[in-house]
Amino acid sequence: MGLSDADLAGHGAATELVRFDARPGEAWVTTKLDFLVNWGRANSLWPMPFGTACCAIEMMASFASKYDLARFGMERMAFSPRQSDVLICAGRVPYKLAPIIRRIWQQMTQPKWSISMGACASTGGMFDNYAVVQGIDTIIPVDVYVPGCPPRPEGLIYGIMMLQKKIMNERNAQQGIRDEMSPDPTSKLYIPASRIDELSEPFGNSVHQTRSAP
Amino acid sequence: MSPSFTIVHPGTGSNATPVTPKNVPVSGGPVSPTAEAVGAQFPGVISRTVVSRGETTIIVDGARVHDVILWLHDDAQQSYDYLSDVTAVEHRDLSLPLEVVWHLRSLRYRRFIRVKVLIAKGAPLEVPSVMDIYKGADWLERECYDMFGVKFAGHPDLRRILMWEQYKEGFPLRKDFPLRGRFSRSEQLKNALAANPEARYSMEELSIADAFEELPLDMRRRLSEGEKVGE
Amino acid sequence: MGTKRTLEVELSTTGLSPDGKPQRVPLVVGGDGGAVALEAPPAMEPEFEGEHMLINIGPQHPATHGVLRLVLELDGETVVRCIPHVGYLHCGFEKIGEYRQYNQIVPWTDREDYLNSIGNNCAFALGAERIFGIEITERCKVLRVIAMELSRIASHLVWLGTTCIDIGAFTPFLWSFQERENIYNLLEGWVGARLTTSATRVGGMAADIPDKWLEGLQGFIRTFPKTIDECERMLTKNAIWVGRTVGLGVMSPVEAVNYGLSGPMVRASGVAYDVRKDFPYLDYETYDFDVPVGSAGDVYDRFLVRVEEMRQSIRILDQAVKRLPDGPVNVDDVRIILPPKSKATSEMESMIHHFKNVMEGPRPPAGECYVAVESPKGEKGYYMVSDGTSKPSRWRIRPPSFVNLSAIPKMVEGHLLSDVIAINASIDIVMGEIDR
Repeated sequence: MGLSDADLAGHGAATELVRFDARPGEAWVTTKLDFLVNWGRANSLWPMPFGTACCAIEMMASFASKYDLARFGMERMAFSPRQSDVLICAGRVPYKLAPIIRRIWQQMTQPKWSISMGACASTGGMFDNYAVVQGIDTIIPVDVYVPGCPPRPEGLIYGIMMLQKKIMNERNAQQGIRDEMSPDPTSKLYIPASRIDELSEPFGNSVHQTRSAP
Repeated sequence: MSPSFTIVHPGTGSNATPVTPKNVPVSGGPVSPTAEAVGAQFPGVISRTVVSRGETTIIVDGARVHDVILWLHDDAQQSYDYLSDVTAVEHRDLSLPLEVVWHLRSLRYRRFIRVKVLIAKGAPLEVPSVMDIYKGADWLERECYDMFGVKFAGHPDLRRILMWEQYKEGFPLRKDFPLRGRFSRSEQLKNALAANPEARYSMEELSIADAFEELPLDMRRRLSEGEKVGE
Repeated sequence: MGTKRTLEVELSTTGLSPDGKPQRVPLVVGGDGGAVALEAPPAMEPEFEGEHMLINIGPQHPATHGVLRLVLELDGETVVRCIPHVGYLHCGFEKIGEYRQYNQIVPWTDREDYLNSIGNNCAFALGAERIFGIEITERCKVLRVIAMELSRIASHLVWLGTTCIDIGAFTPFLWSFQERENIYNLLEGWVGARLTTSATRVGGMAADIPDKWLEGLQGFIRTFPKTIDECERMLTKNAIWVGRTVGLGVMSPVEAVNYGLSGPMVRASGVAYDVRKDFPYLDYETYDFDVPVGSAGDVYDRFLVRVEEMRQSIRILDQAVKRLPDGPVNVDDVRIILPPKSKATSEMESMIHHFKNVMEGPRPPAGECYVAVESPKGEKGYYMVSDGTSKPSRWRIRPPSFVNLSAIPKMVEGHLLSDVIAINASIDIVMGEIDR
């Protein structure tokens, strides 16, 4: 590509990366292809709102008048996974829903990203029980985790801005960056089972939390 | 606008103005007249009448609970026409019997009664369904079956409702079921992901639409081999 | 099946005249913009001939309000049969309740019917107080009434907004969320959280209202009816809205009671059953408010009932603000109530008291109770069984929208596919509560 590392590292350095060259009668803009592509992608993310629970209400509040996610190029809510770029998983994901979110993620076309909104989607949150998946990163890859139970709309917006930053830093020529996940054909898991057990361990001193009586 | 229905007002059967219960005793207190009426109508069917927090509970014989509830529903003096809830209770002390609980309301008389059936340890978990009396009992009974494994005899469609049909770990609300489930997390996830979301119609659903013949070959083969799909 | 019903509708909408002045613009070309009588078409009888088609809606679908899945058998466009599947959001609330002390359960009640968090907090606290056998203070009662009515309005606003989107009107969604932000601001000022409030404790509230909070509430009471008026002006006589809602999903009073419907669902069917009136709690019998009752039991009536309920809630809020007494919020009972934080961090005795209450938890006497309140969705009951330990041995939620949704096969039968969406929206389901 002939670009130095210093060029590639410069996220947000728009003034350096875009050079205007205007002469009488014609105008030139020189930039890097990576920057142009990423800039376009980051500012027209079409969300696929996978809203299940309380976080979905805060997500709706983010889409509504006061917070207005349309400002971030998220004008169109794509309820169809095939026409969307970013999966926002808002809310808890029980095991019964696990194959659904996996299928939706597989239906989305590249390039795609995912945001895990809220404590339950990210870690299982307060639902450390038989029914809830302990973090959707055991099912699909996650780009940005937004903490909170539920996060305020500001939190979601911050997460989206982080994702935009991440996209601006992508190198499209990099090997493997757009590879689909390839889950194990028999177990359908995409990370080792031991890793899932490790991720799903209860954290902290939760002895009192799992004692039924007295 | 022409009204289609006559407005039904609750409380037409009693003159008392309903008030917020105050200083409800923890146990004891006035027994609901319904308990006595049931005792008079069905001698010997009530094994115990308990008043806890101002609410009357009648513990009845499991074999005749359907008759009792049907009578409570139909009798003009009782008129328990509203089924609030059907659920079960298992106590931490596992020597105590499992209880199936019906919460009934009479809108006309503004009354509330709890009907209970005790199922002794080791006895089959089966009680009669009240779905022929209250249509609303449908899902409540299915949920009770799903969570406790209590079978409701006479329910036309007693399947799991909240967990999926192939759920292997048991009945979650039973006391011997651990909070985090019986399997490891990876095992649980594996089981959940094994369900194919696009093949999740039940045979019943497929047969109503004659869709079975139009399914892809491999799916037809799997279904005819007895693989259970659906919830 | 279909009700014959004649309604006055305006075949016009608000718009601007060429010189920029607001005026009524006819919706139908050639229409005079005046009121016309519209008769709801009878629901179609399914023809049991020809091929039937199976259609799957959900579990991830924008119009199912969460993760509901409906399998429909269609004859042409007419629904012959509907098989709902729920459980995609089953999170084991009731199981986890057996592993938590009473005060620790409060955060779970937020997340179960998350449109009505603070109302659930109050309902749970009422049940727990019945189990403990304590009477709360007068100020606490009025504060809880304020909380429950605020959350009723908030919940109905989400219903209004999402239903409008389902039926094809976007603007009321923005208006209703604007008002919800006002409620969020009030709640945030009171308990610090917008949505998941965890506002109550057994025997009182987590916090008293801050200074000048009531002024904010009074401001809301003053301005909110305007928004309802605007929404009503937009919808109530709108020919499209009426055409898409009248005569759909009719439940007769007898059916509604037999199916166990509650809340606006049963009231739209002409049964004036309201837990606040018939089995009152929190001294609701001393407030002056009406119970709106529909007469046709269709989607349109459910809309009218909910809109009127918001107005009645404003009436109750107004009375509650006027009667709010001074005094303590929490009961004076060291077994249950924690010492003030400042004392717990400075005095040894208070710290021990705090530690004992938090680690061991208050223990209610053995027994059981079922306490029901009128949530925005209907009769919400908490059934608790105590065996004398600090954690309930069974915590059961009686979910109103679960029971309401179980009637959907009956309601959609014979209607068109597009009407299924409207009927489903009219039930006001919230999957967190249905699946728990």
